[in-house]
Amino acid sequence: MKNFAYTKASTSSEAVNLLESSVGGKFLGGGTNLVDLMRENIEQPDSLVDISSLPLRDIVENPDGSVTIGASAKNSAVAINGPIRQRFPVLSQAILFGGSGQIRNMATVGGNLMQRTRCYYFYDHASLCNKRTPGAGCDAIHGFNRMHAILGTSSHCIAAHPSDMCVALAALDATVEVESRRGKRSIPFVDFHRLPGDTPHLETELQPGELITAVTIPKLEAARRSVYRKVRDRSSYGFALVSIAAILEIVNGTITTARLALGGVAHKPWRAFPAEELLQGNPANDEVFRRAADGALAGAQGFHYNAFKIELAKRVIVSTLSELAQNEGA
Amino acid sequence: MMSILMTLVQTAARFMPDAKRDPLIDSHGYVGKPLDRVDGHLKVTGGARFAAEYALDDMVYAEPVFSTISKGKVRRLDTSVAKRCPGVIAVLTPHDMPRLKAPTLVDFSKLDKIAASNLPVFQDDRVYWNGQAVALVVAETHEQAQEAATKVHVEYDIEDSNVSFDANKARATMPKDVLGEPPEIKIGDAEKNLAAAPVRVDAVYRSPYYSHSAIEPHATIAVWEGDDKITVFDSTQFVEGYRNSLAHVFGIKPENIRVLAPFVGGGFGGKAGFWWNTVLAVAAAKIVKRPVKFALSREGVFRIVGGRTIAEQRVAIGATVDGHVQSLIHTGVTATPSHARYAEQCTFPTRHLYATDALHIAQYVVDLDMVANTWMRAPGESIGTFAVESALDELAVELRMDPIDLRRNVEPKRDPTKDNEFSSRHLLEAYERGAAKFGWAARNPQPRSQRDGSWLIGQGVATAYYPVLRLPGAARVRVNADGIATIHTAANEMGMGVATSQLQHAADRLGVPLQCIEFNYGDSEMPSSPMAGGSCQTVSIVASVRAAVEKLHRELLKLEQQDPASPLKRAKYDDIVARDRGLFLASEPSRGATYVDILRRAGKQHVEAEGTSAMPMEMMKYSMASYGAQFCEVRVNDITGEVRIARWLGSFDCGTVLNPKTAMSQLRGGIIMGIGMALTEEVLVDDRSGRIMNASLAEYHVPVNLDVPHIDILFNDIPDPHTPLGAHGIGEIGITGVAAAIANAVYNATGKRIRSLPITLDKLL
Repeated sequence: MKNFAYTKASTSSEAVNLLESSVGGKFLGGGTNLVDLMRENIEQPDSLVDISSLPLRDIVENPDGSVTIGASAKNSAVAINGPIRQRFPVLSQAILFGGSGQIRNMATVGGNLMQRTRCYYFYDHASLCNKRTPGAGCDAIHGFNRMHAILGTSSHCIAAHPSDMCVALAALDATVEVESRRGKRSIPFVDFHRLPGDTPHLETELQPGELITAVTIPKLEAARRSVYRKVRDRSSYGFALVSIAAILEIVNGTITTARLALGGVAHKPWRAFPAEELLQGNPANDEVFRRAADGALAGAQGFHYNAFKIELAKRVIVSTLSELAQNEGA
Repeated sequence: MMSILMTLVQTAARFMPDAKRDPLIDSHGYVGKPLDRVDGHLKVTGGARFAAEYALDDMVYAEPVFSTISKGKVRRLDTSVAKRCPGVIAVLTPHDMPRLKAPTLVDFSKLDKIAASNLPVFQDDRVYWNGQAVALVVAETHEQAQEAATKVHVEYDIEDSNVSFDANKARATMPKDVLGEPPEIKIGDAEKNLAAAPVRVDAVYRSPYYSHSAIEPHATIAVWEGDDKITVFDSTQFVEGYRNSLAHVFGIKPENIRVLAPFVGGGFGGKAGFWWNTVLAVAAAKIVKRPVKFALSREGVFRIVGGRTIAEQRVAIGATVDGHVQSLIHTGVTATPSHARYAEQCTFPTRHLYATDALHIAQYVVDLDMVANTWMRAPGESIGTFAVESALDELAVELRMDPIDLRRNVEPKRDPTKDNEFSSRHLLEAYERGAAKFGWAARNPQPRSQRDGSWLIGQGVATAYYPVLRLPGAARVRVNADGIATIHTAANEMGMGVATSQLQHAADRLGVPLQCIEFNYGDSEMPSSPMAGGSCQTVSIVASVRAAVEKLHRELLKLEQQDPASPLKRAKYDDIVARDRGLFLASEPSRGATYVDILRRAGKQHVEAEGTSAMPMEMMKYSMASYGAQFCEVRVNDITGEVRIARWLGSFDCGTVLNPKTAMSQLRGGIIMGIGMALTEEVLVDDRSGRIMNASLAEYHVPVNLDVPHIDILFNDIPDPHTPLGAHGIGEIGITGVAAAIANAVYNATGKRIRSLPITLDKLL
C-alpha cells in the first residue's frame, strides 16, 4: 500500500477544510471498502481525512415526520434503531442482509453510499476497466459477468452497484445532505448515483470537496409495510444477484402507494418507476404484479453469464409483491 | 509406473500370511474416548505459532510480482523504480537467482520428494501460466515490499496458449498411469452390454476448478547459516518431503536442512506439493544474507498454488429391470499442465464400489497452460463420487427403486477390479444405521412432493468412499527415570488433532496415563514420518509408534533379564503386557515392574528406542477402503432456485474411531467442504487470458455458517483386523459423496437433475 498522510477531523467544517487543503485526499469513514481498495491499489489517495469521529451519528425524527440519519451512523446502529425498524422496516432489513456483523459494525451510512463495484475486472490490474483507466476498455462485457448489471448498462461498463442499504433508500425517496466550503445542498437519492454512460469512473453526483453529512427519509406511512428480499448464492456474506426493496399500500383491494427498487441489476440502486406506475391505482393481483415486473425489466439486456437475472428479477418482484399484498390482507 | 516388479509383489502379497492382529484392537483404554484436543487451548488463545508468526532478528520480507500473461517470455523487466522505493533491499529476477535444479515431481514408489510442478523455479524468462512469479521484492517491512512490487514494470512477448478446457478437451490423451494404477480397465464389453440393457442411464457430469482455501495462506521463513545449512519454518503438510525437495533443488545434504511446521492452518492437499514460495524464500534468504519471510497473500495462493482440476466425466449404467447391473462405464477428462502431469483419479471409486457384469474405466488428460493442478481433499474420489453416485441415483429413478435398495443389489463380494478380498467393508450397515437415524423410510421418492411455502424439500443419499493408505515411517520412544515418556516423529499437524489421538494411542501402548507422555512433531530432524495426506498419517504413525514401543519394551525386558531381583527376569516379550505404568506378566497380573522401577534398578536415566513400521503389504493383499452413506435434506426455492441444506447425516464405516470428538470434527469439515463444492465454489479462469478472476475469499465462495446445517455423524466403529488399532484414515472421506447427495436431493425436491457443479440457482430457474 502506498504511504499516505492521515488527519482526523472533529467537525464537518474542519473535515471539508482539511480535504480542500490536501492533495489527492479522500474521506475515511468506516474504511470497510476504501481500505480494501487501497490494499488492492485501486484507490491510491495521498491523504485521508478521518471523519469517523464527526458528531454525525444521530438518528433524528424531525417534526415534519421525516427522519435524518447522520452520515457517520454505523450500519448496525441504523438497522436496530426503533423508529427505523417500525417506520421503515425495508431499510433495517436491507442493512442486515449486507456484509457481515463485523462489517456492519464498522461501516457508516455515508460510506455505504460511496462503495464501489465488486466487478472482478475492476479489481484486477491485469484486466481492462474503464473505471480504473477511463477509455481503456471493459473486459467484463465478454468476461465473467454473472454478478453484473442488466439495466442501464453501456458499452463502456456493465458493473453493478453492490449496496443493499442504498436499494432501500432509493425506494424510500431519501435525500442526501452534503456540505462543502461552498455551502450545503441536498441531492435526491435516486439521482445521487450515476449510470455508467461513457464516464463509468464517475459514480456519483458528489462534487470534489463535498462531504455527505446525512441522509433524510421523508415521512411515508406506507413504508411501515415494506420488505427487502435479497437473492444470492450463499446465505450470508454474498452480494445480491438480484434484490428488491418494495413498499405497497393497498386500500380496498386497490394499490394506493407502490415503491419498487432493485439491487444487483444496475450501476446504481435501480428505482423501477415504470413498474410503480403500472401498480399505482390498479388492483393488487398477480396479473398486475406480473405486468409491473415486465415493466420493471423492460429494456433489460442480459450478458453471457447473467441473462438469468431478467427472469429471476421478474419472479422476485411478483412473489415479493404478492407476499406484501397477502400480509396487507391479513 | 505399474512395473512388472510391482505386479509380482502384489501377486506375492496375496499369498503372504496376515500380520499379527493388533492386540490393542480388543482392549479399552484412551483410544475411542472423545477427549478434548490437547492443543485446543493454545489455538484459541493465540498461543500456537504458525509459520509466518516467528519473528527472527534481522528478518526481511518478500513480495512477488505475478505474470499477467499465460504463456510467453518476459521481454523487459524494469526494476529501477521499485529499487528506489523506501526500504527495498533487492528486487530479484531470474538473473539474480542461484542456479537451481528443477524440483522432482512426486514419485509414488518413494514419496520422498513431492513437487507439484517440475518447472525450474525462477531460472529463466519463460512464463508458463498467468500468475507465475516473475520478480520478487525484498524489503525491510512487508508493506514496503508490497508497495515496491507494484512498481516493477514488466513487458512480455506473448505466445499462443491453451487455457480453455472446453476448447481443448477434444485433444485429451490417455496418461501412462493414474497414480500408479492403469488408466484404463476393461472387463467384458461394457458398451455392448449397455446397448442391450433394458434400463440405461448415460450422462456427462461437470465439475469446475476448485481452490483449497485453507485459512492460513502459505508462508515460509528461511534462514541460512553459512553456505550449506538452512532452517525453514513453513506451512507445509510434509516437513520431510520439503526437506528432501529443498536438498535436491539447492544441492545441499538433507541433514543440513531443517524444516519446522509445528502448526499448520489447514492444508487439504494444497500444502503437500512443493510450491515456488518455499524455494523463492530460501533463495532470497541466500541472496540477501538475512532471514526472509515470504507469506503469500490470499491472491498469491490462487496465483501460484494450484487446486483441483476442472473435470468432465461420463458415467453410463445398464441394468436389468430388477436392478442387476450389466454394464458400468466411467470415463473422464481432467486437465493438467505438462509440468505437473497429475491425472486426478476421478474413476477410482468406480473401480472398487459396485458389482457389474462388464466394466469400462478410462481416464484422459488435457494439458493446459495453467498453474499446476494438485491434490485437494479426496482428489479423484470427491468428483468421482459426484459422477458415479449421481448416475446411480438416476438409475434408481429409472428403475423406480429406492436408491439404498439399489446399492444392496450392487454390493460386490470381492473387489470388482482387483478381484481380492475386502479387509473390512460394511457399507450396507452404514446405510442401514444412517437410514434409520435420518428417517429415510419416510421420504417420498416422487419429485416435487414435499413443500413448505415457496420452498420445495427433498432428500438425497450417496455413497462415500476413500481408500485406506498406510506408509512406512519411524518413531522414537523414550521412558525417563521419572516415568515420563516422550515420542518423536516428524508428523504434521494441520488441525486434525494429531497430537491428541497419538497421545491416546501411545498411552494405551505404553500402559501409562495420558499426562505422562509428550508427543513431539512438526520437525524434519525427528524420525521419518509420511505426509499428512491421503488420509494416511494417523494410522502410519500408530504403526511407527507401535514398532518403536515394541523395541523399547524388548530393551526394558533385556534389562530385567539381567537383574536377578527382577520379577520379570524370566519373562519373554510375548508373555508381557504394558499397563499401570510398566510391564506385567499376562498370565500373572500381579507380577511385573513399573518403568520407574526398571530404570532405577538398572541405574539408568532413560531407555530409548527407534522403530520403523513394516511395508504396507496388507494394502496389496486386500481391497482396503473406508465407506460411508451421506444423507441430506435440501430446500430449493421454487421461485428463485436458491438451494439451502436443511440437515445432514453422515454414517461412516471407517474402522476403529480413535477419538470420536476430533473424528466427528474432521468428517464435518469434509462435509462442509463438500457443500461448498456442490453449491458455491468455482475458480473462474478467464478463457481469454488464463487469468483467475476471483482470487479472493470475497469472490470465491466457501460456505458460511448459515449455509451449514447441523451435521450428525454416525460410526459403525467396526475394527479392520488388518490395520493398526483397527483404524482407517478419515481426513478425506467426509467430502466424498457430498455433492452427489445434494444433487440427488435437489432432484427429489425439484425433478431437475443438475449434472454440472456448482449447483447455482440459475441452473434451477
